[in-house]
Amino acid sequence: MLKISIEKLNGLFKAVAEKQTLYIPADRADGASEYKKYEDGMTLSKNLNTLRSAKDFFFPQTENLADFKVEGKKIEVIDIREEAEDFVVFGVRACDARSFTILDKVFLSEPVDSYYKNRREHGTIVTMACAKPAETCFCGTFGIDPTEPEGDVSCWSDGDSIFFRPNNEKGQKFVDSVSELLEDGDTAKLDETKAQTKEIMAKLPLANLSTEAFGGDTLMEHFKSEKWAELSESCLGCGTCTFVCPTCQCYDIKDFNTGHGIKRFRCWDSCMYSDFTKMAHGNIRNSQLERFRQRFMHKLVYFPSNNNGEFGCVGCGRCLSKCPISMNIVKVMKALEVK
Amino acid sequence: MNANDTLIPYIGVVTDIREDTPDVKTFRVNAIAPDGTVGGKVFEHMPGQCAMLSVPGVGEGMFSITSSPTNKEFMEFSIKKCGCLTTWLHAMEVGQQITLRGPYGNHFPVETDLKGKDLLFIAGGIGLAPLRSVINYVRDNRANYGDVQIIYGSRSKDDLVDYQEIINEWCNDDGITVNLTIDREQEGWDGHVGFVPNYVKELNPSLSKTVLICGPPIMIKFTLAGLKELGFTETQVYTTMELRMKCAVGKCGRCNIGDKYVCKDGPVFRFDQLDELPDEY
Repeated sequence: MLKISIEKLNGLFKAVAEKQTLYIPADRADGASEYKKYEDGMTLSKNLNTLRSAKDFFFPQTENLADFKVEGKKIEVIDIREEAEDFVVFGVRACDARSFTILDKVFLSEPVDSYYKNRREHGTIVTMACAKPAETCFCGTFGIDPTEPEGDVSCWSDGDSIFFRPNNEKGQKFVDSVSELLEDGDTAKLDETKAQTKEIMAKLPLANLSTEAFGGDTLMEHFKSEKWAELSESCLGCGTCTFVCPTCQCYDIKDFNTGHGIKRFRCWDSCMYSDFTKMAHGNIRNSQLERFRQRFMHKLVYFPSNNNGEFGCVGCGRCLSKCPISMNIVKVMKALEVK
Repeated sequence: MNANDTLIPYIGVVTDIREDTPDVKTFRVNAIAPDGTVGGKVFEHMPGQCAMLSVPGVGEGMFSITSSPTNKEFMEFSIKKCGCLTTWLHAMEVGQQITLRGPYGNHFPVETDLKGKDLLFIAGGIGLAPLRSVINYVRDNRANYGDVQIIYGSRSKDDLVDYQEIINEWCNDDGITVNLTIDREQEGWDGHVGFVPNYVKELNPSLSKTVLICGPPIMIKFTLAGLKELGFTETQVYTTMELRMKCAVGKCGRCNIGDKYVCKDGPVFRFDQLDELPDEY
């Protein structure tokens, strides 16, 4: 398999960044990592994953949908869409890579969301296999193998080198563009690393988390469960879980008057917020219980019901580590599976 | 990036405003051709489908298209003043441009399940708006349907939407029975007085009819219960729903009832379909 020694990785980043925008996970001053636009000298973070997922590149927190010019009674619609520029997101983990399969089902189903599609077409996702999954990881529950990440190009590290495998035409183009820097390498040590990762996986505290309780015709049974009251009791409705979630895609559309025109924006929204479903004539989800239930029912029951059983969670564990009251989808799954 | 995106709206112009009731106005909307000519419809639709109307800078909302698809000249929207956007719309003058996108959602099965059937329309207040599209579609394709009965009620005589059309057109059609009712006695009203659910029971409609209901949730609830008492089954009763929406195409994530999105899987549901879903509407 083609590889590059880790010391030379920055040279590869530099070569990629000369042709298109490259984003890599980089460390912040507080030790956490986030995707940053690559600049000369920047180093790849050693953290397992970024605070925020890579969904931001394809479904940004805020984006301009259209502009309007209003003059008296007249309105003009201005299509502000532009062809996106090519970009590369490097170091996406297997869980986050899978989130795009889920987001694709939402945004690329008819009628296709051209804003998302534009970025998907121009973005190359280069994934990186995990070596040491964390205690909050449970991607295996959703059939994801962190040692075999998806994406346009899959990468592995054996500690000395990074190995590259293109998975499609776009991935091949990426590998071809840096082929001068790559050399053929022996994967014996890499196979050992993968085996070690699988051993760690098997011993993770959430290794045995099951989705069995959520298949088939369980919608009303779970909706009516008495457990929701206790599970949601402490929920603050802060929306952090939806913010860090790689698969949460609910959005709001709002207009902003700049003083010399109207800009229509799409912004992330959260089903955890009290005004999410509020209408002039009332609100169908008045309590936090109802809003909390909506989020988990969507990921575990409604989404699979509409998407051939695929769950709306990838087990990245961000909500586990970020929820201020330590409530999360794992606790919900465990509570609901007990009849 | 030249493919259309459903989130980018069309422009329409308001060519007539009818004051139906103290808080309901019906807006006639026409398309504007590239050369500026005003006329025709912005897009075609089926009875029961909706459109996203917006005033840039004010807001965007989903409204049922109250005109029938058989009307080739214009679209109409009957809108009750109850929030920010609708208050703005009520203050509009003829000639005002608005944005539209759609049509969205499913529609009443006028070409399938309703064909050849005796139809019973039950509406309360502004709930007539989505049904009016079906009623006029049926009137314009009269041979395809059996008897038509319309039971319509409002708070008062002044709150009956489309009163002139009901009296001058619907009441004069052969094979259409119109039963109007208002909640309380009122001077100048010699028709029926009482709530819609009770009136439906009094009228005791034939069980052979297929029913289409729209109105305030409380009216729908009691009417459905009354129909069941009379012997109607949920499989012969349709309604149309309304929840908060942003995208109108099942992506923004807020108008779901269980695993169904009202914007795309609805707004028209048969009551037996709603039975299998959470009571979150």
